[in-house]
Amino acid sequence: MASNSKTLRSPLQVARGLGSAKHGTEHWWSQRLTAIALVPLTVWFVFGVIRHLGADHAAFVAWMKSPFSAVMMILTAVVTFHHAQSGLQVVIEDYVHAEWQKMALIIGVKFLSFALAAACVLAVVKIFIGA
Amino acid sequence: MANGSGRPLSPHLQVYKLPLTAVMSITHRITGVGLAVGTLLLVWWLVAAAAGPEAFARAQGFIGSFFGLLLMLGWSAALYYHLCNGIRHLVWDAGKSFELTDADRNNKVVLGATAVLTVLTWIVGLAVW
Repeated sequence: MASNSKTLRSPLQVARGLGSAKHGTEHWWSQRLTAIALVPLTVWFVFGVIRHLGADHAAFVAWMKSPFSAVMMILTAVVTFHHAQSGLQVVIEDYVHAEWQKMALIIGVKFLSFALAAACVLAVVKIFIGA
Repeated sequence: MANGSGRPLSPHLQVYKLPLTAVMSITHRITGVGLAVGTLLLVWWLVAAAAGPEAFARAQGFIGSFFGLLLMLGWSAALYYHLCNGIRHLVWDAGKSFELTDADRNNKVVLGATAVLTVLTWIVGLAVW
């Protein structure tokens, strides 16, 4: 098998197909994809926060009534929570070794992250379509 | 520390002085976890705005308090660090800048950019507030 190969690695060391977890590089890739997306989103968010320091409710509502701002805020929240839960998953996998504690923490982090993201989306949508 | 085998030991983290590159690596994780906790304030801010003027005024009041500003200072520094060092990670992912001289230089670039962006943000923020 692979007798003409230029590498000394045994073929058994190399993952076949998508590997034993059947996810391939999906987790790694989605972490990078969300990281790239968060570069412009973060810059937009920081400017937005600075412009609304100490703002009253009416000014904030007016900001979120703009379709562009509402879409950017929803993207910022959703992509941030997606990036956060995938990063926290890696941290938990690296430092928590008792199986049930690891699973409980990962499940907890993922449920909480997606719930909080949903709350952010609902909040922005409510302000956007509200009177 | 001798273990009788004459073979080198792994660094003992209690006595081994971590190089700056290693400190910055673990700081990326620490700031990431800190920012994840910080998203709770983002949720409060948005949900309060959706709930109405009184709830929003409470959230804005907390953010403008001494403790709130202290949290914002920590989170803005953590955000810029994670952003700058994250871009550095993307450069590594592209297969570039693995030489020690690159690492030493980029340590300073990331720390400098974090400091400049944080200070600049607070100057602008306090000016428009």
